[in-house]
Amino acid sequence: MQATGTERGTRLSRKPRLNPVRMKGGAGLLLLLPSILAVLVFVYGFIGWTARVSVSKWKGLLPDYTFVGLDNYKNLAADPRFAIDVRNTAIFTVVFVLGCLFIGLGLAMLLDKGIRAEGFYRSLFLFPMAISFIVTGVVWRWLMNPAVGDRASGLNLLFENVGLDALVNRWHTTPTWGIAAVALPAVWQMSGYTMAIYLAGLRAVPEGLREAARVDGADEWQVYRRVVLPLLRPVTLSALIILGHISLKVFDLIIALAGKQVALDVPSIYMWTTTFDGYFFGRGASIGIVLLVSVAVLVIPYLWYTLRNEAEQ
Amino acid sequence: MTDRNSRAWVYIPLSMMALFYLVPMFVMLNTGFKSFDEVSLRTMWDLPSSISFDNFVAAWDALAPNLWNSVRIVVPAATISSALGSLNGYVLARWRFRGANIVFPLLLFGMFIPYQAILIPLVDFMKNVGLVGGMWGLVIAHVVYGIPITTLIFRNYFATIPASLVEVARIDGAGIWQTYWRVMLPLAIPSFVVALIWQFTSAWNDFLFAVVLTDNTAWPVTVALNNLAGSQIIEWNVQMAASFMAAIPTLLVYIFLGRYFLRGMMAGSLKE
Repeated sequence: MQATGTERGTRLSRKPRLNPVRMKGGAGLLLLLPSILAVLVFVYGFIGWTARVSVSKWKGLLPDYTFVGLDNYKNLAADPRFAIDVRNTAIFTVVFVLGCLFIGLGLAMLLDKGIRAEGFYRSLFLFPMAISFIVTGVVWRWLMNPAVGDRASGLNLLFENVGLDALVNRWHTTPTWGIAAVALPAVWQMSGYTMAIYLAGLRAVPEGLREAARVDGADEWQVYRRVVLPLLRPVTLSALIILGHISLKVFDLIIALAGKQVALDVPSIYMWTTTFDGYFFGRGASIGIVLLVSVAVLVIPYLWYTLRNEAEQ
Repeated sequence: MTDRNSRAWVYIPLSMMALFYLVPMFVMLNTGFKSFDEVSLRTMWDLPSSISFDNFVAAWDALAPNLWNSVRIVVPAATISSALGSLNGYVLARWRFRGANIVFPLLLFGMFIPYQAILIPLVDFMKNVGLVGGMWGLVIAHVVYGIPITTLIFRNYFATIPASLVEVARIDGAGIWQTYWRVMLPLAIPSFVVALIWQFTSAWNDFLFAVVLTDNTAWPVTVALNNLAGSQIIEWNVQMAASFMAAIPTLLVYIFLGRYFLRGMMAGSLKE
């Protein structure tokens, strides 16, 4: 405050006072303008441009904007590879989201007991968040080495060594369900994050409420089931949306873990390979738009709801 | 009611989960410190008989230029997008203007989009302005697509600063820029740390933008690591050491500035 106080004299003499109402909005907008323009062009302009490409004939190195209507989308709907992608995304999403929610909630409930080493465990469960999916993918590629028997290594070897032979499996090379194994490193990476938002939610439950339930004769388990968990529903919903939209976008993890295999294909990889390896820009753009719409269906209501709540507070 | 002793069982599941989270780190380091002679997939879980740096030296030889590229991409990207975010956050939190209620959600949505939906125009645009291949196209992409989250971090913070402070500055004759520079910015240092390390981490860990916007002279470490892992020439043990090296900068940031990292993460899910 002192600094602005001493500024006063020089500022007033140097610059005539503007109409305060106009300065309010106008000057603010001016500072915002570069970012607004950048986002307008790079997000919304580019989305529009992608939408335009998605209804064009463009296939090959030279742009071809001949309008073909919804042909690219229709072809996608009939494309067996895209059907695999949708199925893979569905399996991945179920394993990934449920895995994160269960582990996240479980860890949060354990940490909420008020133990001494809470900070240590919390940091430990969260550190994978700081690592790139590429690193995770490369390491887990060796952990989930599918070889068995004499050539077994990674987790399979570990299972054999400790007598858990029943768990030995072919991981991501398992026919049909391989993609579920890919969700495992994703759970490793993101369950700590789920724990963090659950823990914040648990801490927001008033202790008095639990105490009241205990006084009414509820045991610890009932307190959780009848009091705490229902109050955590909004947290679960936001975790569901954040995790769900991450799984729709999953890309680098699969690339680093398994490369470009059709068996483990997902829409984001199909878009990338068909566009930049196959030069089928029309199809690539249509996959991009399908992805965008599915993410938007999840995220827009969430944004709307969160911002409205905030405005009401 | 419940004393610490009756809660001791909690450490059992917690420690088991801790082991699960540490397995990949263990494998990276355990393998990294073995000598070339000792490395074998069959003895992956055995401890090294003596400490050797063979793998790290080999990984460093393969990745050093890319680690340096990452630094040169990430530092300007994080700095510029944080600076822009602080301006936007300040304006959105403190200066009312028509349309602010539309601008903010539109900005935020940009944080969630799958980048596949803008990839074709982005590459085309960067080609047209001659920025494909080198680092600057990638820096610009990180800056622009980082604006939503940095804006959100600063807006949330500035919204907690009492309006009277801004009012006093204005009565003292400070314009919008002066108020930002002399009053708000010094208060916002913690938010700068949050925004900077969040942007540092996401740009360092990015793969998609880098793989379409840079060529092999400008590849950041993620792209180089992925190529190294996909090649038949580089042994798996070197890949482990290389993975560890690629992870070290963001891990160090997490270890030393974890508190701020968490705040960025919470902001990213609109939970602050």
